[in-house]
Amino acid sequence: MSSVNSAHSVVEPGAMSKRIAASIVIAYAVITMIPLVWIFMTSFKSPPDSISYPPKIMFQPTLEGYCNLFTTRTRQTSEYIASLGTPTSTCDETTRSRNMVIAGPSNYWPRFKNSLLIAFGSTFLAVSLGTLAAYGFSRFRVPLADDLLFFILSTRMMPPIAVAIPIYLMYRQLGLSDTALGMILLYTAVNVSLAVWLLKGFIDEIPREYEEAAMIDGYTRMQAFFKVVLPQATTGIAATAIFCLIFAWNEYAFAVLLTSGEAQTAPPFIPTIIGEGGQDWPAVAAATTIFLVPILVFTILLRKQLLRGITFGAVRK
Amino acid sequence: MAEVILKGISKSFGETRAVSNLDLIIADGECVVLLGPTGAGKTTTLRLIAGLERADSGRITIGGYDVAQEAPAGRDVAFVFQQYSLYPHLSVYENLAFPLRSPARRLGKDEIDRRVRDVARMVRIDHKLENRSTRLSGGEMQRVAIGRALVRRPSIFLMDEPLSSLDAKLRAELRLELKRIQKELGATLLYVTHDQIEAMTMADRIGILAEGRLVQIGTPRDIYSNPANTHVAARLGQPHINLIPVDVLPDGRAPAGTRTVGARTEHLEISLGGNANAQIDWVEHLGDQNHLHIRVGDCKLITLANPYLPVKPGDKIGLALKNPLYFGADGNRMY
Repeated sequence: MSSVNSAHSVVEPGAMSKRIAASIVIAYAVITMIPLVWIFMTSFKSPPDSISYPPKIMFQPTLEGYCNLFTTRTRQTSEYIASLGTPTSTCDETTRSRNMVIAGPSNYWPRFKNSLLIAFGSTFLAVSLGTLAAYGFSRFRVPLADDLLFFILSTRMMPPIAVAIPIYLMYRQLGLSDTALGMILLYTAVNVSLAVWLLKGFIDEIPREYEEAAMIDGYTRMQAFFKVVLPQATTGIAATAIFCLIFAWNEYAFAVLLTSGEAQTAPPFIPTIIGEGGQDWPAVAAATTIFLVPILVFTILLRKQLLRGITFGAVRK
Repeated sequence: MAEVILKGISKSFGETRAVSNLDLIIADGECVVLLGPTGAGKTTTLRLIAGLERADSGRITIGGYDVAQEAPAGRDVAFVFQQYSLYPHLSVYENLAFPLRSPARRLGKDEIDRRVRDVARMVRIDHKLENRSTRLSGGEMQRVAIGRALVRRPSIFLMDEPLSSLDAKLRAELRLELKRIQKELGATLLYVTHDQIEAMTMADRIGILAEGRLVQIGTPRDIYSNPANTHVAARLGQPHINLIPVDVLPDGRAPAGTRTVGARTEHLEISLGGNANAQIDWVEHLGDQNHLHIRVGDCKLITLANPYLPVKPGDKIGLALKNPLYFGADGNRMY
């Protein structure tokens, strides 16, 4: 009897459709994961293994890619290398086996730090400004609110790179070229429209009664905002922050155009690795693997906020 | 607790007049219930007193002070909303302590704790203080919401249909408790509802609102037996008062100019076996009493009857008026 019921249940899908859905999801996940797995594998291959044909599935893992990523090396005669003392580290040893010595650290770590600073800085700014603006649009009678919101959205109606040249010229004039501040401002400007729109939706869902109750309970509107609205908007803020972070973290075109030295982020730096000492794919793969870590950690940390329903309130309608 | 005076208050939202020229005095320790249909301006009146809306004109004084320039936080009022009443991210204890922890009140930790526990006992929620506020039943939530208002000892309690989202049994229970608490504290309370039973049982005085105007204010007894017009008469009494044209039933005492006669159950006399001028359409059995649907000519009336009254649909009966209410052409009462 129960099996008959479940077969006709409106809310519970049948076993067959569940299996089909699961296999589609799994297939999709596997297909999306293949390039990532490939990059991860390549980062542990030796340079000859990485370009061998047919590609090697089984190989002797090595940290050479990571060594090469974080160091610059110079080629030396074998006599010179033999004259050196015992290698001080695994990297030292690997490098010497290729007839090279470590000359110093590479630029990857500074570029990676730039990426962290710029991406998290711009995300913080965009989400903060976005939350305040969204709250304003949601709660107050803003003159021309609809037009303003459309105007804010319209900044996303063309690819940001379409304005690259004016921005390039502007930044040169303002002295913002190749500065972390310039990149933070730029990514904030691009992200803030998305943040306002996303967050306005979330804040609209929070009933005004909570703030009104808090204001009657002896709080100012600002205090009510921090005590009552923000805690309930965490889901939306987390989701928005992840979107903003992913954009700022992965952005390539502006980074190439506007940064070249001091403020260069990791994305434009990674391709330059290829040029330095032949096609060092393991180093590139290592750079990419490390590059993926922060966004992965951030997403996992905020997973709970993302998955939690938007309304979890004490609301009985 | 304090006296609250509204004088000539008006408020419009765009084209709509929500409250118009409202005068109302709520005495210290008094419970006034505003009764009226949706859109009559009840909630707006509360929000105006709380400072959540600004009046277009008029004066509001709380405890003798004009509060026109005060933000809600400065008015020392407590508000119980119809719903969305608890902060969902806080526990029951934190919800109750929230008003006391406001920067405007600098209370010590022990004082807050003592008051929270006192009030929790009063609204009978002290066994669930550590619960998340989302893990409560509807009745418990509203208890906490009422507790959050009580914990402050404000000048006036404003309650906006605090019981309307509850089921009938809980509503009856909380209604009694609320009245008990109000009496115990001698609280000044302005209570808004569209439920006439709540109004009748809780109010010291009932104010009837219609289209933003205060139509009549008085004791429940007074409003019930001496309604100023047909609108007020229709708000109270179950079943609804029968408003019938003056010449439908024989009655020699109607004053000149009477257009409508208002007849509640107590104004109708049913006689069996005499002169039949009416017919029973059908009978609704409610258990302890019956609703009789009666037809007189083209007019339909509803009245209560003893369940043992031997009538059935189709029966002819005699129906006579007994001191009914008379209303003129404009709907106002004729004496």
